[in-house]
Amino acid sequence: MSVELVLHYLVSPSFFRGAGMTLLLTVTSLFFGVVIGLALALIQESRTRAGQIVTLAYLWLFRGTPVLFQVIFIYNVLPSFGIKLSAFVCAVLALSLNEGAYMAEILRSGLQAVKKGQRTAGLALGMTGGQMMRHVVIPQAARIVLPPIGNQMIGMLKLSALVSVIAVEELLLVANQTASADFRYFEALTAAGIYYLAMTTAFMGVQVLIETVFDPKKRQRMRRMTLTERMLGTSQSFAVR
Amino acid sequence: MEHLLEIVGINKSFGAAQVLKTCSMSVAAKETVVIIGPSGSGKSTLLRSINLLEPVDSGDIFFEGANITRERKRAHLLRQQIGMVFQNFELFSHLSAAENVMLAPVKILGMSRADAHDIAVKLLRKVQIPEKADAFPDELSGGQQQRVAIARALAMRPKLMLYDEPTSALDPEMIREVLDVMAELSAEGMTSVVVTHEMGFARRAADRIVFMEAGEIIESAASDQFFAGTVNERSRRFLDQILH
Repeated sequence: MSVELVLHYLVSPSFFRGAGMTLLLTVTSLFFGVVIGLALALIQESRTRAGQIVTLAYLWLFRGTPVLFQVIFIYNVLPSFGIKLSAFVCAVLALSLNEGAYMAEILRSGLQAVKKGQRTAGLALGMTGGQMMRHVVIPQAARIVLPPIGNQMIGMLKLSALVSVIAVEELLLVANQTASADFRYFEALTAAGIYYLAMTTAFMGVQVLIETVFDPKKRQRMRRMTLTERMLGTSQSFAVR
Repeated sequence: MEHLLEIVGINKSFGAAQVLKTCSMSVAAKETVVIIGPSGSGKSTLLRSINLLEPVDSGDIFFEGANITRERKRAHLLRQQIGMVFQNFELFSHLSAAENVMLAPVKILGMSRADAHDIAVKLLRKVQIPEKADAFPDELSGGQQQRVAIARALAMRPKLMLYDEPTSALDPEMIREVLDVMAELSAEGMTSVVVTHEMGFARRAADRIVFMEAGEIIESAASDQFFAGTVNERSRRFLDQILH
């Protein structure tokens, strides 16, 4: 293996752009995934019959088929209905729709974890329903959902590699193309792996930071802990995929 | 006499079970009324109907002379004037003791954090735990949590306080500290309606006792009269039971 070549790939514009595309895909899809998930969770909370059916059908559809299938389906089938979207938009659409299904479950469990008595206490103080959600329920639910959402962030980063099949120029596709052009698979894939690890590490750091903001007690103790301890301290989250 | 609160013939059913049967009672300003009765007699439902947490099926509720029974849309404005304390404290777990007290004045009344903090410090001193201002609920004992909950309700300067079995979830040695705070507030003239099984508190702080059974108000009598030997057969039987 040539270390120099790995370094060369790492600083090359094509790898850098690939990593940028991966990051962009991840962040946009996560954003829309959270929006869709929140909408679904609130519809489910409202407990109307039609709402239950809609969310159940959504979850059934998007959790029940492979993401890769959804990506290929959206990219290849929508045009036959006259809907022409760029590969990037198709990728974000597929990843967000899929992510929304998982986010809905995470957000719903967070909202439900805040007991009814807490809501009653907020109302009894004279809050409107909206104030109660904002000042009582959501701050407490946020602390519960942050670890699994952190998991989803990292999961999404890796999932974004799938959209290489519809020729979105993201990190893995760039690495693979470079490798087959130069016949240097080891070096090209090592460079891509380093980029992935760097990004997931950064995500873990962001997760710790956000969790600290939402946990006043953790904020107090923060000063005494090293970064590694803080990162290890978040391992109570569970894998979804 | 002008009543602060007046309940006239309210009915309430949960499905087939009628939990309130034509209940009527009134509370004068500065009065402390203790509601007693067996479990499941509708005491808590009666209390929760006062601040519209539980909508009634029929009957009327008057607060300061105004009929509030069907004010569902403006219920939050009414509740700002009525403090409530729960069996399970229900402190907001993401906030410190002081922040629990400050939340409603800051977010509902738009008070500055500095002013609200002053009020919180004052109220926590009043309920005897100024040193716990920065502690979080899970770092406090049950008795301490309940006293913070009382301070939180007082921060809105309520005209009426409702206590829903405030000591039922407490260990015996912590009951006293909560009851002392409540008795002191009553003595200062805070109008209060208290659902409790603590007869000692009823004797000490109540002006009037309301006895409920199976959704009905059986008796409403001045406290000394009630304990001196009640006229009603059913309330006497209940008293015998809980006083052994």
